[in-house]
Amino acid sequence: MTPHFGLPEFGFLLRGLQWTVLLTVVAFVGGCTAGLAVALLRTCGHKGVEWITRIYIGIFQGTPLLLQLFVVYYGLALTGLKLDAFVAVAIGFTVNASAFLGEIWRGAIQAVPRGQTEAAMALGLHYSSRMRDIVLPQAIRISLPATIGFLVQLIKGTSLAAIVGFIELARAGQIVSNQTFQPLLVFGVVGAMYFILCWPLSWWGSRMEARLALASQR
Amino acid sequence: MGYTLDFSVVWHAMPALLWGCVGTLGLALAGMTLAMIIGVVGVAARDSKAAWLRALVIGFVEIVRNTPFLVQIFFLFFALPLIGLKLNPTATAIIALGVNGGAYAIEIIRGGVQSIHKGQVEAGYALGLHKGQVFRFIVLKPALRAIYPSLTGQFIMLTLTSSICSAVSAYELTSVAQRIESDTFRSFEVYFSVTFLYLAISWLLMLGFAVVSHRFFSYPTR
Repeated sequence: MTPHFGLPEFGFLLRGLQWTVLLTVVAFVGGCTAGLAVALLRTCGHKGVEWITRIYIGIFQGTPLLLQLFVVYYGLALTGLKLDAFVAVAIGFTVNASAFLGEIWRGAIQAVPRGQTEAAMALGLHYSSRMRDIVLPQAIRISLPATIGFLVQLIKGTSLAAIVGFIELARAGQIVSNQTFQPLLVFGVVGAMYFILCWPLSWWGSRMEARLALASQR
Repeated sequence: MGYTLDFSVVWHAMPALLWGCVGTLGLALAGMTLAMIIGVVGVAARDSKAAWLRALVIGFVEIVRNTPFLVQIFFLFFALPLIGLKLNPTATAIIALGVNGGAYAIEIIRGGVQSIHKGQVEAGYALGLHKGQVFRFIVLKPALRAIYPSLTGQFIMLTLTSSICSAVSAYELTSVAQRIESDTFRSFEVYFSVTFLYLAISWLLMLGFAVVSHRFFSYPTR
């Protein structure tokens, strides 16, 4: 007898949702850290280093996320390390996020008026103080809408972990759908769960973008 | 036990992989065409007088942009047969790509339409241009130029997204790669090489779009 979509199935989807959220948080925190390094290297002023980070970003922007996951997943398996599936996909999403966030923040750092950097130099501030106290606080403000936009991309992107077999929300949906033979209901519920997660963020991001645009008009 | 990388399987499978590239491009092109149709119709409906139609378009755009493509394609895969469309996986994938891209196209085209000021059109008439000329030189060309970067960027995104269509086994590069992988068990070698095939595709597309942009849109704005 095939089970109908009931409370136990819904609970299974909720546990999948938990993994989606956890995966997103880990990849976002890791991606922010590595992405900051990428953005700083991309704007460091050394031609060779800037060129290498540019290629790094270009590779991640020019290839499908699914293939990046495959390469990291099977590449890590080759190293002989016995990694948990969660760790493997989390590494994949982190590396991807580092490139995209690096590019977003590169743009934001360069959008801070040059006079700010020059004034800081004239005041005798060295690089770390110049970045930490003058440039980055302004860059973060500028980059916030795009950063939130990327966070939404990341949440949606974690669904691809389903294809390499990690049980998060999308994979949980597939499993429940196969058990209950109610694919429309199940994927409808799964879609609604993603929507509830993403839509408030999208709304917040676009509202902030509108406010920043208004502020820059003045 | 050490593992030695062996890329010769990729080399032997190259003809199949190149056909996979053709499949990917075809899928993206068909999906983008459908997306543009949905985009133009959607923009017209977005500014219609009927409130329910406007709400429908806004709802469609928000739902598509805030749910993963993988879930969308699974949903359509099961939903389309219910409305009488029994299609093969590749046709299903084209519809899914078109629906997904369409939501983004609505936003992009709407921005282009809004970028044309009414005063410019009036200035065109004042200069003695007739209706066709005003539409062609004052509305269409500047609007196309305004949305060209986002639209071509969207096309490249759609090409990369099409790799997810392998989940319903549509004919494209990633599903070809998966077949070769299951025949040879050389997962890393196959996917590593295919990643660079995608990179070549997107770089060639970017180059092509830049050439077209230089040819048609390099005139001063002010």
